[in-house]
Amino acid sequence: MVDAAPPHRWLLGPPARPGDEPDFSWLHVPPAGSVGRPDPDVPAGDVRDLASTLVRVLDDDGDAVGPWDPHLEADELRQALRSMLATRAYDARMLSAQRQGKTSFYVSSTGEEAVSVGQAMVFRAGDMYFPTYRQQGFLIARGYPLVTMMCQVLSNEKDPLRGRQMPVMYASRDAGFFSVSGNLATQFVQAVGWAMAEAITGGDAVAFGTVGEGATAEGDVHHGLTFAAVYRPPVVLNIVNNQWAISSFQTVAGGGEATFAQRGTGYGLHSLRADGNDLLAVVGVTRWAVERARAGLGPTLVEWVTYRGAAHSTSDDPSRYRPADEWEAWPLGDPVERLREHLVRLGEWDDDRHAALLARVDADVAAAAAEAESYGTLLDDRHADPRTMFDDVHAELHPSLRRQRDQLSAELEARSAGRREEREAAP
Amino acid sequence: MTAMSMNAAVRSAMEVMLERDPSVVVTGEDVGWFGGVFRCTDGLQQRFGDRRVVDAPIAEGGIVGAAIGMGVHGLRPVVEIQFADYVYPAMDQLISEAARLRHRSAGEFHAPITVRMPCGGGIHGGQTHSQSPEALFAHVCGLTTVVPSDPYDAKGLLIAAIESDDPVIFLEPKRLYSGPFDGHHDRPVVPWSEHPRGEVPDGHYTVPLGRAEVRRPGDDLTVLAYGTMVHVALAAAEATGIDAEVVDVRTIVPLDLDTIEDSVRRTGRCVVVHEATRTAGFGAELVASVQEACFHHLEAPVERVTGWDVPYPHAQEWDYFPGPERVAAAYRRALEA
Repeated sequence: MVDAAPPHRWLLGPPARPGDEPDFSWLHVPPAGSVGRPDPDVPAGDVRDLASTLVRVLDDDGDAVGPWDPHLEADELRQALRSMLATRAYDARMLSAQRQGKTSFYVSSTGEEAVSVGQAMVFRAGDMYFPTYRQQGFLIARGYPLVTMMCQVLSNEKDPLRGRQMPVMYASRDAGFFSVSGNLATQFVQAVGWAMAEAITGGDAVAFGTVGEGATAEGDVHHGLTFAAVYRPPVVLNIVNNQWAISSFQTVAGGGEATFAQRGTGYGLHSLRADGNDLLAVVGVTRWAVERARAGLGPTLVEWVTYRGAAHSTSDDPSRYRPADEWEAWPLGDPVERLREHLVRLGEWDDDRHAALLARVDADVAAAAAEAESYGTLLDDRHADPRTMFDDVHAELHPSLRRQRDQLSAELEARSAGRREEREAAP
Repeated sequence: MTAMSMNAAVRSAMEVMLERDPSVVVTGEDVGWFGGVFRCTDGLQQRFGDRRVVDAPIAEGGIVGAAIGMGVHGLRPVVEIQFADYVYPAMDQLISEAARLRHRSAGEFHAPITVRMPCGGGIHGGQTHSQSPEALFAHVCGLTTVVPSDPYDAKGLLIAAIESDDPVIFLEPKRLYSGPFDGHHDRPVVPWSEHPRGEVPDGHYTVPLGRAEVRRPGDDLTVLAYGTMVHVALAAAEATGIDAEVVDVRTIVPLDLDTIEDSVRRTGRCVVVHEATRTAGFGAELVASVQEACFHHLEAPVERVTGWDVPYPHAQEWDYFPGPERVAAAYRRALEA
């Protein structure tokens, strides 16, 4: 064997692995407020630089600066903080429910709450959000009941999805929250199709499609970008770049030579890259994109740069593939802390109020959990009747399914008769 | 009533629905300005505009994915996949999304899409323009799968498919577009205008999904077929003089087992015919269903006549195609057993 480097380049891995010093020197962070905000009707070709920079509003001192500042009222800022804290508390509670065996699986969104909460603040009733599995902050910010979300996670007798889906695959037409799919990225092109339908029917509602940076490698994302470029429908296409797709660093999906936003410029789409840990940047940039969509100016792609602070899921152990202190070294910080500092800086917040809010949020989540668990968990038998699994396969029950349901009914009756006999035979 | 070819009947179904229901849209490759490579959407964009009859990029996964989004919004998209052989890039959207959306969301969302695609061989299409993938769809719970065999059914079934709240796969045997092709490829083409099933009502009507139809009553044996093979089965009965009862299955899912069982119990013999490859083809499901329900009435093993388990050949397509001779031989085996 010749001990020489192979002549060809190969996959670029993460800059740091467990035991290494975290290294984010590759992430260029321009000063907050330094990126210009063009008019929404600007031609895509004139704003290609927005795909390689980073739109930021909150500076290191906690001040909101520059043209992307959405100028939210103090009450709106406090509400956003509350939604993010509630999301974090909800995640903690569901994580512990999973550890206790009350459910099979859970996915936290710790560290990237600002993206879904900020977008929920711009979303309007009648719009449709096509989420990934890490957008629970959207439902919480929109006021969707925590108890209902928990019942889904626990697959109990009040689970709106009747025990059919793994935890976190929420779906609510009223909330404008499309059914989460475990097949990644399928929703991205569906969001574009929904927006095409809005264009066909002449309304002014907006579709939001969301995908993680890892799943941008799926064909559905490229279909979505193509269809968005071709039909120019009212859609906001979000790539939430949280750096990690389970154990795969973002370079495994994107190669590392271009930003994910820059993929959009190749399709001729208005494409921006923004600080996803800056709630004000999320609101400001989303408003710009939504303004374009409602005005008939077409789609916008946004890459939200953030960091997955938690494990991918309860089935994952990130200590095996990334430095344990990587999140602490993340240059864009914690979205919750950054918004809190901003409110303090404005004189609209202090430690006492924050402690009180935390206590209130924890109490709300605990009360919701107590109620949800009173309807059962995965540990007990309080699920939807097994016979309901035959419902909703088709709009109407097919004859073959009716026969299969009868067969299951017979099995269930035999089982319950067997249990009765056992009980009667017991001394 | 008007004499229509099968592609004209399909076009008529879409025209009727575009006119009746503003939520119906048609999309696919070349379906708009050009009217489709098989002319199934000819003139529809001129009449209904480019937002209801929509040319699509060459990306079947994107076309179906976008159609699902439209369906969620409240539209009823009718998608044309240019050839059934091209549908595979869309399989994830069909299997994981369209088919399961209603169930996985417990009825919060559903996508009432119809996905049309020409299938089957006989036009020198080779392995990429000749396939019959109906079994792949039949295996997916949540999909309705239809294969019409004549213009009257094609129009009525397509309207029923578009009006269905479920996703429907609509396979159009392309060799039947111009006439009731019976496998005698060396004989002149008989046009639909000379066939009673080529007489098609101009307006709205439906043929119910999930019902088979007896095309030829008979006492000797039951033939289960759909699409082109219905006509091949009829030709084989005529050529052999065997009094075959030919059942046109029409809808693969949901399957009309009642009609099938009634016939097999009466004749005691059964031959299953399809053009698709043999192993794990839909014929296997038909054979299994027949033996489950009719075992004690059977006087012979159930015969299966299919394409070979090989890619559809170009130059040798008539050696692949299960023509009247192969079908007739199966009739004789079933009777002699």
